[in-house]
Amino acid sequence: MHGRPRKASKPEDEAASTAKAQKLRALQTQFFSFHHSKIYTKEAVELSAKLLEINPESYTAWNYRKLAVEHYLSQPDCNPESVKSVLDDELRVVESALRQNFKSYGAWHHRKWVLSKGHSSIDHELRLLDKFQKADSRNFHAWNYRRFVAELMNRSEKDELKYTEDMIYTNFSNYSAWHNRSVLLSALLEKKAEGFLLKENLLPEEYEFIHQAIFTDPDDQSGWFYHLWLLDQTVTTDHPLLVSTWPAHGSDVFLVGDRCQNGSFSPFTTVLSDSGSFPIVLYFNQPVKGVSSSTVIIECGFNKNEELLWEPLSVSNLQTAQVWVAHLKFPTSELDSSVEISVGYSKEIVSPRGSQYSHPSTFSFKVHVQPVERDSSRVSVAENILWREENFKAYRAQSEESIPIVSFDQLCIKNGHESTPIVSFDQLCIKNGHESTASNWQTEALAKEVECFRELLSLMDCKIGKLTLARLLTAYDVMSFPFANKLDEYSSVLLRKMTSSEESLLQHCFQYKDSVSSAIGNPICLRLNNLSLSRIRAFERLLWVQILDLSHNELESIEGLEAMQLLYGLSLGNNKLRSLTALEPLRKLKSLRVLDLSYNQIGDHSIDTTRYLCSSPLSHSAGSELNDVALINYWEAFYMFKDLKLNQLDIVGNTVADEKFKSVLVKIMPSLKRLDGQLLD
Amino acid sequence: MEDIPPYPPIDPTTFDLIVIGTGLPESIIAAAASTASKSVLHLDPNPFYGSHFSSLPLADLPSFLSTHSTSPSPPRSRSSEDSNEFSVLDLCTRPLYSSIDISVFSPDLLDQNSRKFNLDVAGPRVFFCADKSIELILNTGANQYMEFKSIDATFVGDNKGNLLNVPDSRAAIFKDKSLGLMEKNQLMRFFKLVQGHMAGEQDVKISDEDLQSPFVDFLNKMGLPPKIKSFILYAIAMADYDQEDTGVCRDLLKTKDGIDQLALYNASIGRFQNASGALLYPIYGQGELSQAFCRRAAVKGCIYVLRMPVTALLVDKDSGCYKGVRLASGQDIFSQKLILDPTFKVTLPSGSSPPSPLQAKLPFFSQKDDRGKIARGICITMTSLKPDMSNFLVVYPPRSLFPEQATSIRLLQIASNLAVCPPGMFVLYISALCNDDDQGKKLIHAVVNILLTVPPINSESNAAVQSETAESGCAVQDENAESSSTGPSDPGEGKPTLLWSALYNQELTLGQDDFICSTPMPDGKLNYDDLIDAAVKLFKKIYPEDEFFPQTSSENPEDEDDGDGDGDVSLET
Repeated sequence: MHGRPRKASKPEDEAASTAKAQKLRALQTQFFSFHHSKIYTKEAVELSAKLLEINPESYTAWNYRKLAVEHYLSQPDCNPESVKSVLDDELRVVESALRQNFKSYGAWHHRKWVLSKGHSSIDHELRLLDKFQKADSRNFHAWNYRRFVAELMNRSEKDELKYTEDMIYTNFSNYSAWHNRSVLLSALLEKKAEGFLLKENLLPEEYEFIHQAIFTDPDDQSGWFYHLWLLDQTVTTDHPLLVSTWPAHGSDVFLVGDRCQNGSFSPFTTVLSDSGSFPIVLYFNQPVKGVSSSTVIIECGFNKNEELLWEPLSVSNLQTAQVWVAHLKFPTSELDSSVEISVGYSKEIVSPRGSQYSHPSTFSFKVHVQPVERDSSRVSVAENILWREENFKAYRAQSEESIPIVSFDQLCIKNGHESTPIVSFDQLCIKNGHESTASNWQTEALAKEVECFRELLSLMDCKIGKLTLARLLTAYDVMSFPFANKLDEYSSVLLRKMTSSEESLLQHCFQYKDSVSSAIGNPICLRLNNLSLSRIRAFERLLWVQILDLSHNELESIEGLEAMQLLYGLSLGNNKLRSLTALEPLRKLKSLRVLDLSYNQIGDHSIDTTRYLCSSPLSHSAGSELNDVALINYWEAFYMFKDLKLNQLDIVGNTVADEKFKSVLVKIMPSLKRLDGQLLD
Repeated sequence: MEDIPPYPPIDPTTFDLIVIGTGLPESIIAAAASTASKSVLHLDPNPFYGSHFSSLPLADLPSFLSTHSTSPSPPRSRSSEDSNEFSVLDLCTRPLYSSIDISVFSPDLLDQNSRKFNLDVAGPRVFFCADKSIELILNTGANQYMEFKSIDATFVGDNKGNLLNVPDSRAAIFKDKSLGLMEKNQLMRFFKLVQGHMAGEQDVKISDEDLQSPFVDFLNKMGLPPKIKSFILYAIAMADYDQEDTGVCRDLLKTKDGIDQLALYNASIGRFQNASGALLYPIYGQGELSQAFCRRAAVKGCIYVLRMPVTALLVDKDSGCYKGVRLASGQDIFSQKLILDPTFKVTLPSGSSPPSPLQAKLPFFSQKDDRGKIARGICITMTSLKPDMSNFLVVYPPRSLFPEQATSIRLLQIASNLAVCPPGMFVLYISALCNDDDQGKKLIHAVVNILLTVPPINSESNAAVQSETAESGCAVQDENAESSSTGPSDPGEGKPTLLWSALYNQELTLGQDDFICSTPMPDGKLNYDDLIDAAVKLFKKIYPEDEFFPQTSSENPEDEDDGDGDGDVSLET
């Protein structure tokens, strides 16, 4: 019993317990003999009752009684009347055992068992519970049993919630009551019961309620635990949502096949293993698992759904990712076909917290395959990119050259809108009406909590208060500004702004044209250089980008870049990248051919803070191309570049890039044609 | 008292102790003396028990008050005749109540039910579950004669008629809707400090310096906001005077005493199973308490004679020492000791020169003390001040109703479930300490006007009552007119309507233990602790060798109530 001091035992108590032990032993011996010989006579059953009354912990006796009841029920002469009396007896035995020790697991379990036989007066059970919960309001056995009974009798969650509230008002130091409240609220929210439809309405009330407890007595822990549950409920994004896709809904994709051309003429064709396919990218609002050919259904005239392999684009966890990609094969012959993709056909797409993807959505686009006759000037275009200012011309929407039939690889993609390289701007990301409001109340709720606990801490020193504040601040940062520092915040705001409208985005679109290539065939290049970016954001609007200039920024990380599956050319020159392992997202970019890493800080720092994210060379059995010494010394380079099919790499201006390193790179990437501007043999 | 009814003679005629008056202190002394095996004669001129602590039917209250408001009649010559051995000192009553103002607004309703009322003369009074009186009741076994109910809540009132819940416990603080989160935190931390201090925890000990400082300074030092300070000072520690105005404060609470009060309050909450709050009220009214001690005394052999006025004291001619009393029946009864009700005072026989030792003692005995008065009011309504509650206490801290209000005004609403009034009615007891009659009236009227609708008196039947108390009756009307011009104009907007009221001021006569021991009048406190102290002191004075209710059983008195479900609190031993 809670809150009652233990009394020291007196000599007479000891004498009494000795006597009790003797009696118990005698009973037990007799009981076991009955039990072993399977005697279920009235006397034998009564004996077990006597035993349990003294010692409710004797679970063998409980089991014996279950056997006895089963035995009785199997008798041919048993009728409903007698069954009732037998079960009534069981309930009585349990009750007297509970009076002896109301925390006896065996007794509570036996009662559940009796009730599961379909017999009891539920009202009586509730009365009994009221008695036990009055005697000790924190008895979790009683609370457990209460949930069982409430479920059995279909008592409404609202009634139970009221009961829980009353118990809390009597004494709020009650883990069980708070816990029950969280269980009931979860159920009500799940059911979307009336008045419990929206978390954003319910949770602020609950915060208000728990504040009363926490502020009244911050030393009491039960309230803090409930607060923790509320915090968890607040930060959990309700359900995974599909935020953006490539190709976008309603877009036209032009694929220009070039398979039959001579390999020496176009160096790309010869190196691509997955030729004849284009990526489909699904971008969710949070990491999910379970994206597969059974959960995402593709209907098109040229490819079978089962053949699609969905891959998570995740650096750390292979099972869960925010971005999923599949490569859709297309035939070489001329083709105009529409593709329809349905996501969430089954309910297997779930967040790591177990929230199901519950907004099934469908998007469709058209695919045009046109074998194109290529001339040499056109093909040579994209072979290399010189990241020079004079080679980029501001993209003009009205330009005649703007019909962007782009060709590199054998993949030539044109997004249908004649005047813009982008799909109709609004289609870039899927608008989920309730998403934006959802995050608003969450950040608001968190901001309010932060303020509240700052105030509490200004009044008093409280460890758990500090811990909670830290948790709140972390959650708040992740939710409102998911970045580590102010610079990241700046980057995010800037990128959101730039991608917020078609107009602002077009200002950063350029056409590449150098001395040897015409601008006609090249894809649009998005230039986000010289913006002091420290992070890249807003990927859901950038899935279409093929050439991206991020040079002269302050990037230390390129996290999330793996979502840009169409990326062909990327400049990260003059940034603050500190290690090769920071380039991990690049490993997922199968189309990447041109990469500029010049003038970063790779190799400057002996300690690589992202190193632990990569698999170790010791656990890896690859790399027969290199001798063991080179493999271990240049493990990161091997790990990072071996799967990339680069034909142009600039790495000059990094500490790591000495001659030895360069020679290793050439070995790792046989596809490489240019290294730091030098043509390789 | 013109024609004295035939009184039976009392036998024996000699006692260890004669106690005159059945007020609480007298009853306790009678019970204690009987328990100490003294022979005790307990007399009361009234036909009921309790004297100034009694609970009376509606019709009897006005006459009781007016009987004790007049100046003494001149001593009758018959009783002042000295015998050979004794000097006869006439006893006469002294005026204890003043500016009595009875207003009847609904005579029919009340006439039918007069006997169903048990109105406390010394209200408002409550017990704290852990106070001295409850201890005494349990120790003496007087609890077997009484049953209690819990007072549901305590409120603090403001000058707009609002009643704010007083968060007096952890659960109450949690539940409270009017306190901010910071205030909840501060208040609970303060409670914990007090609890820790009382439990003797070293790290939360309040320093001696603080304990000796004024409580209000200590609360300021703790940084408590004014609202909470006011709750603690006036609604929990029950301070009488404005603690922040040393000019008017006659009783500045020290931190030590404040903490003791809080500890008492804290110990009171949850002491008895059926009592939800800290306070108790006896079923059938406070008069039950005196009666319970009388019963207790009777069990131990004390002889009771009611309706027996005492006309004179007999003192030794030579020494001037007390010898006995002369009853209204003419019988002389002798005893070693005498305890006198504060109603009486001794007058010197006119003309005859008393013996010198007596002369030296008497002036002191008749000396009037200067403790001011207490204004009391009893109001009867048909609706509760709080729709969902029956029995509760309201405190109006100093300055809460008007700027010159120097003392706390307390109001206790008691409903018919405590058997003090007919079903559906409510009795409100109001009191406040005051310096004079005008001040007292102003204090009580302030509360009446803010909480109740006072109907105009125009019926014929009231004329008689009105003529008696014309001035004060008008005062109620005037005050009401004033408040209705400023406050809400609609008289029917939820304020209970006054059916009957009795407003009066009572002298705060202290006990005497010099020549003759006399007991004090009801004081201005909510509970009886100070009065019990006074009774113990008097008992020790007359019987220094005897123990005051020797402890008989060491058993834990607060066994669980058997819970008969109606919320009665019986203090089982």
